Amino acid sequence: MNFLDLIWLIPLFPLAGAAVMLLIGRRLDPQGASHVALAPGLAPDEGHGQGHHGHAFASTRRLIAFFSPGAVLLSFLFSMAAVIQLSSLEKRSHEVILYTWISGLPFHTATGALATFTADWGFLLDPLSSVMILVITGIGFLIHVYATGYMAHDGGYYRFFGYLNLFVFFMLTLVLANNYALLFAGWEGVGLCSYLLIGFYFHKKSASDAANKAFIVNRVGDAGFLIGMFLLLSLTGTLRFTQMNETLASGALTAETAGFGALSLATLCLFAGATGKSAQLPLYVWLPDAMEGPTPVSALIHAATMVTAGVYMVARSHALYALTPETSAIVMGTGAVTAILAASIALVQNDIKRVLAYSTVSQLGYMFMAAGAGAYWVAVFHLYTHAFFKALLFLGSGSVIHAMSGEQDMRRMGALKDRIPTTFRTMFAGSVAIAGIPGLAGFFSKDEILWQVFSAPGGSMAVYAVGLITAALTAFYMWRLMFMTFYGEPRMDEATARRIHESPVSMTLPLIVLAAGSVLAGWIGAPKLWSFLPDSFRAFEHWLLPVFTHGTAQAASEAGHAAAHHDTGLEWALMGLSVAIAIGGILFARSLYGKRWTVDPIESLTGPLHKPLLNKWYVDEIYNYLFVEGLAKGGGRLLGVFDRHIVDGGVNGSGWLTRLVSRASIWWDTWIIDGAIRVSALLAHIASFPMRLAQTGQVQTYATVFLLGVALFLGWRWFA
Amino acid sequence: MNPLSLALWTPLACLVVLLAIPASQKTAIKVWANAAALLGAAAMLPLLAGFDKSNGGFQFVERAPWAPSLGVQYYIGVDGISLLLMALTAVTAVVATLSSWNAIEDRVKQYYAMLLLLQVGMLGVFASLDFILFYVFWELVLVPMYFLIGVWGGPRKLYAAIKFFLYTLTGSVLMLLGILTLFFQHWTQFGTPTFEIDALLRLAMPFWMQQWVFWALFIGFAIKVPMFPFHTWLPDAHTEAPTAGSVILAAVLLKMGTYGFLRFSLPLLPEASIDRTIVQVLVGLSITGILYGALVCLMQKDWKRLVAYSSVSHLGFCTLGIFSLNPNGIAGSVIQQLNHGISTGMLFLVVGVMYERRHTREISEYGGLAHRMPLFATVFAFAVLSSAGLPLLNGFVGEFTILQGAFEANRFSAALAVVGVILGAAYLLWLYQRTTLGQITNMKNNLLPDLSLRELVVFAPFIVWAFSIGLYSKPYFEMIERPVARIVERVRPGYFQDRSQAPALAELAPPAAPATRREAGGSR
Repeated sequence: MNFLDLIWLIPLFPLAGAAVMLLIGRRLDPQGASHVALAPGLAPDEGHGQGHHGHAFASTRRLIAFFSPGAVLLSFLFSMAAVIQLSSLEKRSHEVILYTWISGLPFHTATGALATFTADWGFLLDPLSSVMILVITGIGFLIHVYATGYMAHDGGYYRFFGYLNLFVFFMLTLVLANNYALLFAGWEGVGLCSYLLIGFYFHKKSASDAANKAFIVNRVGDAGFLIGMFLLLSLTGTLRFTQMNETLASGALTAETAGFGALSLATLCLFAGATGKSAQLPLYVWLPDAMEGPTPVSALIHAATMVTAGVYMVARSHALYALTPETSAIVMGTGAVTAILAASIALVQNDIKRVLAYSTVSQLGYMFMAAGAGAYWVAVFHLYTHAFFKALLFLGSGSVIHAMSGEQDMRRMGALKDRIPTTFRTMFAGSVAIAGIPGLAGFFSKDEILWQVFSAPGGSMAVYAVGLITAALTAFYMWRLMFMTFYGEPRMDEATARRIHESPVSMTLPLIVLAAGSVLAGWIGAPKLWSFLPDSFRAFEHWLLPVFTHGTAQAASEAGHAAAHHDTGLEWALMGLSVAIAIGGILFARSLYGKRWTVDPIESLTGPLHKPLLNKWYVDEIYNYLFVEGLAKGGGRLLGVFDRHIVDGGVNGSGWLTRLVSRASIWWDTWIIDGAIRVSALLAHIASFPMRLAQTGQVQTYATVFLLGVALFLGWRWFA
Repeated sequence: MNPLSLALWTPLACLVVLLAIPASQKTAIKVWANAAALLGAAAMLPLLAGFDKSNGGFQFVERAPWAPSLGVQYYIGVDGISLLLMALTAVTAVVATLSSWNAIEDRVKQYYAMLLLLQVGMLGVFASLDFILFYVFWELVLVPMYFLIGVWGGPRKLYAAIKFFLYTLTGSVLMLLGILTLFFQHWTQFGTPTFEIDALLRLAMPFWMQQWVFWALFIGFAIKVPMFPFHTWLPDAHTEAPTAGSVILAAVLLKMGTYGFLRFSLPLLPEASIDRTIVQVLVGLSITGILYGALVCLMQKDWKRLVAYSSVSHLGFCTLGIFSLNPNGIAGSVIQQLNHGISTGMLFLVVGVMYERRHTREISEYGGLAHRMPLFATVFAFAVLSSAGLPLLNGFVGEFTILQGAFEANRFSAALAVVGVILGAAYLLWLYQRTTLGQITNMKNNLLPDLSLRELVVFAPFIVWAFSIGLYSKPYFEMIERPVARIVERVRPGYFQDRSQAPALAELAPPAAPATRREAGGSR
């Protein structure tokens, strides 16, 4: 079977799953409606975690629990088969175009050439997208399995899995798309699913607020993405990746090393889109709020897959970024600042999921550092390892919250180590991995990023320093989380303490698999420095690097690399430094939280900074004041008044004026025009008075006058 | 009989039959009215089936003298643009008629008679190729709409109806002046009186006269669209009209304005249409409309008024596309005119569904509707997403194409218009949140029934259509490709030539082509 020609089927399995869930799921899940149809006034189940006594659920739900992850598993298997077939191709790239999705009309490009505005419904499988689809379907499947247990007590089970499957469909469309427009369709689609899933508990205002915020903030980035797309279209005349890369390879566009030109603007606009989806400065604010969604959603969408879409998009546009060093520097700088800013906020947060959310923002910053430095494969490598350990940490935190009857505040946890041992052990592995302890996944990718930022031609010492400090902060906040949650004294209330229990197998099994991944996944991307390892330990680099090889820029980078690689002593030293810093961070966390404490030691440690840190540097407040209250609501209110009184005032005013004129005309008509006539009539009336005396119309009068006249006449004749 | 004439007069024939039914037979009247709407839609099928996409000219042409001494003819025909709008009219009529089943219980016979008369007028506007015939249909539309608002409308119906009537009439009178100028020009230049569009195309008019005629027609069309600042009749008319009236108003009536620009202003007055000042004013007004309408939406307390203002914003995109004066801008505009009919039509139906249940349009009266009305919440979500331009639904295709066209014409104005896309999502999602999500706070919302089967059927055509355009827009583009190219070729001769061939020439002397681009574009 030729799976390569059937890659368009990969997204369709989860779509079919979503369709079944959303169309007939209600019938499969009779309990589903109960959540929705709660009588008002009766407080509905506030989120997750009320009364977990036993884990039995309706047998029809088993069908959903079987069907929905099954669809994703099918996609995973299909993806595996396709990727295996791809690896045997000479040219590792396969494009399948189903039909023309948008068939626009001709337009003129910037050079005046005539091009046609079209977008295919087409897919491209190459090493880059193959990594993405395996991560999405593989990790996605595990999270689906986990969710079957985690959501067992929630209403709207079918709705949840419908949305989750729909998300996988859009995400696969995003990474498999062969052009920017279809990528954008997937991009918006995952945004929609994110909206639906953040707002899954839609009866909670905080949830629907967070959902709105996520969608609208993302839309700001999308606006940039759209403009970037139009600029690219104007510069290259196409949106299809393969065609665009051909155009670029032919040297039609020159590298903008001297100044900031149209191409730099285009890549910057695309990156603006990435800052929205991948939660970077200045648009990261939606991601922490997105934790209102159920925890599997946080793991799948807001840690492992969707938020990495921006990184993927930048990597996909590598040929463009290679030509625009200034934008690349901006990408790297944004990544660095975001990484350290988010890590600093994570230091003091008390909500277990918020710590992880800010950690995700920070880790995404690392990926952009690598991408900005030109080391795209390293960015994707970190994306891949991060997917394992961050999904694990989120799911682990979900298991903790599950055990804690919904409690998310780490100040009321503690000593869970022996109560939920599997969760503890797996999360332990994840925390070691993210901290960067050698041998675990996070170490390989993070260390490679730091090395690239240090050594690559596009790198920078300052950014390297920021990356190093962030690594220390990361180790610290992750172990602060671990110590607060699992070690020390229990700080929860009695009732909660009594109910603590390990999660069911459906939840712990994915944890174990992901923990294994967090430990082992990095070994396919071992550093070149470890020359004692055979080359197969660097398979990831070999698989991906050809995608990003393009023209002279790459050659230069390779050359620089080669030069740097001579100094292995320095590289060993830097590696040692980052490992030392990671261990230092962990030990410092232990020294603060390993002992008995009542007031969070971080408060005295950070001193006056604690409050701004806890309040996330007031970024939300500032944005809210400026954009929501100021621009949107203020502007809307102002224009509303303007519309009613000025614009419509003009219309009603002209109506009023017309009536005024008409009234005046009536007056004029009555008193002047008609008046003149009536006056003349009156005059005639008066003037005719004597005449009228004669003209009475009475025959007798006429006869009398006649007789009188005759008498007078005769009399006159008589006397004359 | 010519299939176009058949499609045009079917509703009138149905109206005659309707008049024969006694007014007391309400059910019979309703059944017949719905059958008539379906017949009207069925009459579109021969047109769609027989339509030749490769022909850029008018098809199904029929001609008969009407007032020969003045050159007035019964002269009809369609191209892809008008046929799409006629199809939209027919589908909207079906939806609007069915949606009125329970909403209208008073003067039922007159109501459905008005709907049918309205349909004749709207179809006639899109089918006319004679300017006077067009004008007659254009004015004919006013009358039934006036009565629909004035008789079956909301509390301020009289104010709204009179405002609607007078405002649009003012515009039409100015438009008539423009038409007459063209007529007399033709008489002077060729010695024959005619109102035929193809004949008027031959006119050679001095630029100043083109400009005057342009502005005269502009007033007529801009009020109908409505473009900022001529839009204030719209919120009142929409808010007070019965649901079916609002749906038809939004879906079809507004398109008469944009259609007017495409059919008359651009081809008949090409030099004025491409004049730098005129383009700048029109693009400026379009962008103002997009942003202004969206911002005003954010602060509306009245559900229906919000949807009405969203129309101002969306129609801003349509006019922006037209005055990008390039193929993608215009094609996108036509697609978006269709899309706006679908998505805003749905949004008005949504309001209608709730108004029928609660008799209030205040957003604050609602909240948590998804608990009791999950089907309604789903349908409403589709309407919102379609209107917000989410890919795979219809709105995206239109907006995307318009923005591409606008971007080609002027990058800066396109960038401003994109802001409208952000605001669009904001006001729609916020509306959705306040009405549908959250807890049920008002006990009156607690016992509401979900959508009935009839209501679902009302929404179905629009939802299906939204997906079909969103997933596979090619047939629509193919239909309008040639007519759009004709308009562009008329306004900007030589547009469809590759200009990269002669770069050396371009450097020697600033040639016509780039100058034209600058003219159309304004500042970069």
